[in-house]
Amino acid sequence: MAKKNLSKQKKMDTRVNFTPMVDMMMLLITFFMLCTTLAKPQAMQLTMPSNDQENLDEKDRQVTKASHTITLYLGADDKVWYVAGLPNYDDPSCVKQTTYGKDGIEKVLDEHTTEEGINPVAKIKLAKRELDAKKNEYNSKMTDEQYQEQLRKLKKGELPTGEKVPTLTVIIRPLDTATYENMVAALDEMLISNIDKYVIDNVDKMSDDDKALIEKAGVK
Amino acid sequence: MAKIKIQKKDIWIDMTPMSDVMTLLLCFFMLTSTFLTPEPVSVTAPNSVSEVKIPEQDLLTILVTPEGKIYAGTENKNHMKTMMETMTDKFGVQLNANQQKHFLEDAMVGAPMAQLSTYLNLDTEKMTEAIQTLGLPLDSINGGKSEFQEWVTAARDANPDMKLAIKCDSKTPYATIKKLMSELQDMNENRFQLITNLDVKRLNN
Repeated sequence: MAKKNLSKQKKMDTRVNFTPMVDMMMLLITFFMLCTTLAKPQAMQLTMPSNDQENLDEKDRQVTKASHTITLYLGADDKVWYVAGLPNYDDPSCVKQTTYGKDGIEKVLDEHTTEEGINPVAKIKLAKRELDAKKNEYNSKMTDEQYQEQLRKLKKGELPTGEKVPTLTVIIRPLDTATYENMVAALDEMLISNIDKYVIDNVDKMSDDDKALIEKAGVK
Repeated sequence: MAKIKIQKKDIWIDMTPMSDVMTLLLCFFMLTSTFLTPEPVSVTAPNSVSEVKIPEQDLLTILVTPEGKIYAGTENKNHMKTMMETMTDKFGVQLNANQQKHFLEDAMVGAPMAQLSTYLNLDTEKMTEAIQTLGLPLDSINGGKSEFQEWVTAARDANPDMKLAIKCDSKTPYATIKKLMSELQDMNENRFQLITNLDVKRLNN
């Protein structure tokens, strides 16, 4: 009889019930899935000029040609105006209205012809597309540093063909009626058009001529 | 005889592979997760094509709501504590242990110094309600720095490597941002990170 009992014990099932453990795991996973952010938000670098005007040396002030400058006025209700080159204070029609996005500002910048008779933004954009293609192509040996270096050169207007194109300077003037979204949209266009030289200008510090001009042109 | 045997059969599903998978998933989520920091007011950041990632450390987040209310905070609780001590010393506000605990539980500072003590005396549930009506004042104190500027200075003192990130609602009027950025520029803080969402549609165009 004793022998029989022993053999029965050896045959006992050693399987452990995992169901409660799985239950608990499920709960934990649900908790982590709901409480986490997988996608990190993006950021946009912005460097503003210092308010301290006295510290600005004469040599730091750069002079750009009139035809290399575009001024953007951001107004209410997602409206946007631009002045290409120097404004003509007697003629408000030099302030033209456009829209945000591909068919608006991007097109204006693309088609802007400088006094040298070329469209620098379009040329640089084309060169950047080629650079991107080279970087992304299969078996590409281009390192990230090389890419950044080339990109920096491009933004300065040095094309890989050896041609030197002028770069545009964009002055962004958001009016008080504009929204933050408008400002970011304008900065976005600078990124898309590879424009390195842009500044967000304070409309309160504009000259009286400029103020009168935009009022005449109906910018608000 | 055979029938009875079938009925007696034990239905046992082996859970081991399932629990294996679960453990893997759990590990993945635990390692990759960064917890959502509760913000006093939820804001919708605008879209942009910029693909720069925001740094994870040494970040002072400045939150701006559509109504123009301003909050500031950093994830590092030690820095928050140093900031709190600097500010309470400067403004002569005394906080007891319970109020300090409440301060550190909050993700962001949003109460003006004059109301800080009263605000921190509230219950935790009431605090989340009350902070939505508060916000750091941008008005200069006797021609000097504003409270917001003082907080940024305190953050800069607590950690000299602090970077500024502005998380602003897309519908905020530009006038508010102008004032905020102008105050930061006055303090020679000229570099910001603007927090945005990736605009995939525009990027692929």
